[in-house]
Amino acid sequence: MSPEFAGVLQLLALMAALALAYAPLGNHMARVYSSGRHLRVEKWIYKGIGANPDAEMRWPAYLRGVLAFSAVSVLFLYLLQRIQGFLPGSLGFSSIDPGQAFNTAASFVTNTNWQSYSGEQAMGHVVQTAGLAVQNFVSAAVGMAVAVALVRGFARSRTGDLGNFWSDLVRGVVRILLPLSVVAAVVLVACGAIQNFSGVHEVGQFMGGSQQWNGGAVASQEAIKEVGTNGGGYFNANSAHPFENPTPLTNLFEIFLLLVIPFALTRTFGVMVGSVKQGYAILATMATIWVGFAALMMWTEFAHHEGALQLAHGAMEGKEVRLGVGGSSIFAVSTTLTSTGAVDSFHSSFTGLGGGITMLSMMLGEIAPGGTGSGLYGILIMAIIAVFIAGLMVGRTPEYLGKKIGSREIKLAAIYILITPALVLVFTAISMALPTPPHSMLNSGAHGFSEVLYAFTSAANNNGSAFAGLNANTDWYNTMTALAMLLGRFLPMVFVLSLAGSLAGQKPVPVTAGTLRTEKPLFTGLLVGAILIITGLTYFPALALGPLAEGLA
Amino acid sequence: MNNSVSNTARLLGAGLRALLLLTLVTGVIYPLVVTGVAQAFFGNQANGSEIKADGKVVGSALIGQAYSLPPKKGGQTPDADLKWFQGRPQNGLGSNTVNTQYKLLVSGATNLAADNPKLVQQVKSAQAAVVKDNSVAGYTVRPSDVPPDAVTSSGSGLDPDISPQYAEIQVHRVAAENGLSVAQVEKMVKDHTEGRTLGFIGEPRVNVLELNIALKGLVAKH
Repeated sequence: MSPEFAGVLQLLALMAALALAYAPLGNHMARVYSSGRHLRVEKWIYKGIGANPDAEMRWPAYLRGVLAFSAVSVLFLYLLQRIQGFLPGSLGFSSIDPGQAFNTAASFVTNTNWQSYSGEQAMGHVVQTAGLAVQNFVSAAVGMAVAVALVRGFARSRTGDLGNFWSDLVRGVVRILLPLSVVAAVVLVACGAIQNFSGVHEVGQFMGGSQQWNGGAVASQEAIKEVGTNGGGYFNANSAHPFENPTPLTNLFEIFLLLVIPFALTRTFGVMVGSVKQGYAILATMATIWVGFAALMMWTEFAHHEGALQLAHGAMEGKEVRLGVGGSSIFAVSTTLTSTGAVDSFHSSFTGLGGGITMLSMMLGEIAPGGTGSGLYGILIMAIIAVFIAGLMVGRTPEYLGKKIGSREIKLAAIYILITPALVLVFTAISMALPTPPHSMLNSGAHGFSEVLYAFTSAANNNGSAFAGLNANTDWYNTMTALAMLLGRFLPMVFVLSLAGSLAGQKPVPVTAGTLRTEKPLFTGLLVGAILIITGLTYFPALALGPLAEGLA
Repeated sequence: MNNSVSNTARLLGAGLRALLLLTLVTGVIYPLVVTGVAQAFFGNQANGSEIKADGKVVGSALIGQAYSLPPKKGGQTPDADLKWFQGRPQNGLGSNTVNTQYKLLVSGATNLAADNPKLVQQVKSAQAAVVKDNSVAGYTVRPSDVPPDAVTSSGSGLDPDISPQYAEIQVHRVAAENGLSVAQVEKMVKDHTEGRTLGFIGEPRVNVLELNIALKGLVAKH
């Protein structure tokens, strides 16, 4: 069997597995966020928080909950890193410097998981498990909560109530992320991922001498790293490290884990708005882009027609033998189209066009299928833009799911889609214009520019992967990427929740012969087109300077 | 004003309590439970899949290592020990710069772009070395025979595997260096070649450490 054919079969197997999980997981999540009952452990937690889980919140209250919880999280994670040197179980790792600690705290709280440190030589057991991995859970749960609030905005009418943030947060962790992670972690250990709390292993070698590596709770962190579309690796090499991703099977399994919630959330959406077909239309949009990009990536990586890769007879630089070009290509596309940013191969050494695809995937705004929660609300905003464009064409007030998209709604949606491109392009331009930040580039020319563009694209879209040649552990990049991550995460949430509030307050308009049928393939086509055209127009000049110049050279 | 300050304080307090409780659940109980299950049922995997030969640990099945001659004086990079099968180049592997009380392996890739002259040079010299080392009397390796994994560094720098093609072109050299027949070594490589999982997942591969342990056994019997 040729590697190309095996790659295609892996993609098909992945689609089959995701299809099997779609309805059960999507229905389960809809039940979780609609149920009136509380589990005993949840009641204990609400009591500890001092919150009434049944109290409905209007959008400003919901937003205040999100922001207060996230602000406390940043501060807590920052302090935990700052005192690491004094904590027991830190294996002698010292405290993290203020700039890097702030960057890392912002990174994990925003579900980005950009890492300007190397895990194995910087973070001990306590910070990894009780700091970083905790944010893997809760930042994903916050994303899902905001998405569900928006869905309630569509599903409810004549009310300002969007649900209860504390209840959505806790249920997301306890009933969705935790059970999935336990199962996933055990599977990963069985296949070879490590899971221990021992110190530094000194392991004898075949030729004599020894290797030293640190142990850790890797499998448990790896599981939520994918399930929550976080992506922050325990080790520097992330999912390329054999202890994080030991076999070809775990590779496919990890891709499945990072895609399964974002795809299934479209089912949750469909169930909650009372039409699973509406969910299918969104799913079809996401799947079209994902499959298309994966095919494109495999094509360019197998063709390997440039420079050192041509000389080597294959694009294996930065890739593992067991995973191969096919498995690595699917992982690269899936990790950048979700907000994961884990890598099983190093994007900087991909072909010029391959590197460009990973960047374009992020620039779409992480919506195909996107991050846990953030993917769903991101694509629903694009759906609003798409019905607006369709409305302009026929001269009718646009509606989506029975809600009028009036001037207030379209303004909020438009501001939402302008935030990340503004952050990416402005921060990249400033970094290139200043005298010192370009010194961080490893490669020169078009590829060097791509390293900087990639960094801010990744940060502002909360992805977290990198063209890792860039030395990002400088005051400039630690500060600026942290700002990009925080603004790129929480500013959009303000507009999403505000939009949710205004949708929930409307009374539904009846469906007539003139209504755009948003559950039909025509709408899926319109939505795919809108996404690609808007992103293309926004980023084409920047892409032309970097990956396109390199790929066509 | 006072009211809004106290409201904010109350909200932040609730956030902190929520974070601490969820830290207890996901940051303490969850990893401990998974570790318990892992250590009880998958102890070998959970502790790094170490391999023993002659009663001694000789490495992890999952972590690549170097098969080189002792380092030369003057700190030059040691030469490959041609008696043993060689793994992939490890140019992306870093050295520990932070926690220097240990000599920890720092995994990583070169991150060099395809058009970077440094990477072009690395590939060229690796290819020349593979051709030179493996061309023995009666067997010539051409540059076009050298597979990509033999001349590129992996993503982790710790790739434990090589492709069957790379193992194949090393067979004649290893046989000659150890005084074994080509057929014997070829059979051994074939026995240690792992195909794609279920026929289509991943790529065929040969674990270098396991191969060299088998080779050592073969040489001892010989």
